Amino acid sequence: MTTATPGASPEHGAPVRRPRPGLSRPGLSRAVLLVPAGLGVALVVLPLVGLLLRTDWPRILENLSAPLVWPAIRLSLLTTLATVAVCCVLGTPLAWLLARADGRAASWLRAVLTVPVVLPPVVGGVALLMAYGRRGVVGAPVLELLGLRLPFTPTAVVLAQVFVSLPFFVLAVEGAMRGVDARYDAVAATLGASPLRVFTRVALPLAGPGIASGAALAWARALGEFGATITFAGNFEGRTQTAPLAVYVALQNDPQAAIALSIAMLAVSLLVLGLLRGRWLR
Amino acid sequence: MTARGPRATPAAAAAIVAALGLAACSPATTEDTSADAEVPTGEGVVTVLAAASLTEPLTALAERYEADNPGVTVRISFGSSTTLAQQIAEGAPVDVYASAGESALDLLPEDVAADAGRATVARNTVEIATPPDDPGGVSSLADLADPDLDVVLCADTVPCGKAADEVLTAAGVTPNVVSREVDVKATLTKVTLGEADAAMVYHSDVVSAGDDVRGVEIPDADNVTLVYPMLWFSQDPDVVGFADLVRGTDGTSALVEAGFLAP
Amino acid sequence: MSLDALVRVRRGVMTVEVPLAVDDGRVVAVLGPNGAGKTTALHALAGLVPLDGGHVRVDGATWAGDGVHRAPEDRAVGLLAADHLLFPHLGALANVAFGPRSRGVDRRSAERRAREELDALGVGDLAGRRPSALSHGQAQRVALARALATDPRLLLLDEPLSALDPATRPHVRAGLAARLRAYAGMTVVVTHDPLDALTLADHLVFVEDGRVVQEGSPAEVVQRPRDPYVAQVVGLNLLAGVGSGTGAGDAVTTALGPVVTRDGGADRDAWVAFAPSAVALYDERPHGSTRNVWSATVGSVELVGQSARVRLLVGAAQTPLVAEVTAGSVAGLRLQAGTRLWAGVKASEVTSYPR
Repeated sequence: MTTATPGASPEHGAPVRRPRPGLSRPGLSRAVLLVPAGLGVALVVLPLVGLLLRTDWPRILENLSAPLVWPAIRLSLLTTLATVAVCCVLGTPLAWLLARADGRAASWLRAVLTVPVVLPPVVGGVALLMAYGRRGVVGAPVLELLGLRLPFTPTAVVLAQVFVSLPFFVLAVEGAMRGVDARYDAVAATLGASPLRVFTRVALPLAGPGIASGAALAWARALGEFGATITFAGNFEGRTQTAPLAVYVALQNDPQAAIALSIAMLAVSLLVLGLLRGRWLR
Repeated sequence: MTARGPRATPAAAAAIVAALGLAACSPATTEDTSADAEVPTGEGVVTVLAAASLTEPLTALAERYEADNPGVTVRISFGSSTTLAQQIAEGAPVDVYASAGESALDLLPEDVAADAGRATVARNTVEIATPPDDPGGVSSLADLADPDLDVVLCADTVPCGKAADEVLTAAGVTPNVVSREVDVKATLTKVTLGEADAAMVYHSDVVSAGDDVRGVEIPDADNVTLVYPMLWFSQDPDVVGFADLVRGTDGTSALVEAGFLAP
Repeated sequence: MSLDALVRVRRGVMTVEVPLAVDDGRVVAVLGPNGAGKTTALHALAGLVPLDGGHVRVDGATWAGDGVHRAPEDRAVGLLAADHLLFPHLGALANVAFGPRSRGVDRRSAERRAREELDALGVGDLAGRRPSALSHGQAQRVALARALATDPRLLLLDEPLSALDPATRPHVRAGLAARLRAYAGMTVVVTHDPLDALTLADHLVFVEDGRVVQEGSPAEVVQRPRDPYVAQVVGLNLLAGVGSGTGAGDAVTTALGPVVTRDGGADRDAWVAFAPSAVALYDERPHGSTRNVWSATVGSVELVGQSARVRLLVGAAQTPLVAEVTAGSVAGLRLQAGTRLWAGVKASEVTSYPR
């Protein structure tokens, strides 16, 4: 990647004005900020540009009709929607309780919930196997009592996605809910509202935008999930092969299908984030 | 070895870097600067990309080569043969490439493959692996037809997956496949963790897994033999020296010890 | 006796300990400087802060204490704070109906009740507006309507007027006073504004450092403060003294020396009080037998319309006193910080009462 940087920097350095021969001090100090900032932008934008440049646009529809593409997109959409639903249903009350708790237990819980954010997803996949696998602490009794096997199923895909995206959701929503003035809770309580009613009628509407952006974050994280999914749920077309897995597999024998699928994912992500930005995200 | 996922990152990065035309590296990065090609210079780095099934014997041989030639560093990256071939095609630096099966070689650019030195270093056969306690009761290839078994295969894009499909098709057995893993080590891992009742891997993988898995051999009549070709893209003495070690008698005995068949 | 409370709450190093008793239809004002523990006491009554001791009993039922702690939603209270705290996502009507709805009233009845309450406070025409479209004064009236719409037994007002601008405050205060007269329950209002207390309350409780320093009817407190803070709030100069004998004309010995009062000095320990307007200032020592006269230094001068508040440091002990003189006197005596002069108070203007 280092070869990319020298080519990009002069362009980004160019807007710096030079009113006098030599850089004035404000101009110089602005350049000091602009050069690394421009490099940062380049590092993010160039790979995306590369993806667009290498796409075989005239044949993109043909490439998108490769057999593994649509099952993967369909599975990705279904599982990520399920993941976001699980995050909202379980994560919102959790975020609310954390936002209003200030004990030692709460800060420990917050730290534990942050672990999947920093944990390599593959390690998360191994941990999921240890918990829900056929010989896992939860998986073994579930298999024995209910005859249900979790790995290699779409449920496992959702479990893996929830594991990695729920922390993002909870942290984002907790931040939004901390922003809800606690005195509203107190007033609502004196008006006779039970804690549940305070949550549904006061906290939820006031933290609405925060919940929406938390859901967008969680969805984006779930859509890109690879490591935990392939480790825990495996890779089987139509059942556990989500779009990122399909991209990885297709890259081995049909790179244009992989690129076309990547473009499709990029488009869907941009579309959803764009819609959310207009509505809720700042 | 349960973590396979991060492989995606270097693979994708290599593809994208090459896509941008920013990486001008040719497959052969080391130039033959020494007139004396017989003696390793003792200063070089040998970059090896090798099929995942070769992990144990090649690691041992690399350590031995480094010990015998102080100053030489052998860097090996193991992965699915096709992914590695893909990376070479996209310009990843490489001196030596060892593939499981010959199908992945088709992915290499023709000019690159044509100039390379080439030798077959080992052969392998397909074998069924089950957890040591054999929860599915597998004792033959035909047993894989049991729909209650959870069977894991390699993806059909990689040699071990192609080989498994070939064996199953020939035998007319349709197993209940729950996952097609991205390479042979990931496939075997599903068995060592007890998540699958059976997997189809290479004999050498069963040998290297030791007591973690139980092997069920497939008779030669139903089996396929996989050839391991090795290509070297440089005449650098360090590279040639390493290639000679792997294809020589010491290399062969290390590979046989690891469960491979002699070439 | 409807509310019988002894609020005891530890707050860091301070312990708030305030007994409160309020009858139906009565208003008790709790006054005190910032950090005195007033709001803590109010929140303890509401159930927002647990008691560390004491009790809260309403109509004979224990709300807190004796191992009981009823949650706020299980107490019949209404709370109004300085900030209206109307729910920003609900309109005025929905805000007021929130309480009845939370207490299980059906939507139609709750909205009817809300409309009545808004009408009673003169803001019925704002029912459809969001809080962001209301002025401060309007919002505070809607918030009062919300607090009253659940028909609370105990109405808790926490500095209800302090966030309003001076132009709006008298109108809202008048509306609040009128509504409280019609309210059958008990009211506790916390304030640091003596005008709120004197116009709204039947009984005043002064709290300092978590303790009650004085309580009584407004008339009683205004005439006979028994604490420097109370004296400052009601605007009197107050001195602690020791009586020297009995009968009119006898002096009470204070930090300023003997002070002659109209009430004499019957008791050994007594308070001496006089209004700032009773203090006259002279540039030369005045002559006359009935005056209490001291030398003084001007600390500061503050002009309010045609009169001026002059802070004095009086006598050898530099005791602070406040004098209120005309703007003309300020000019005539050229009063400014550091000016040395004489201060005199007629004995007939000085009251004394037992300490």
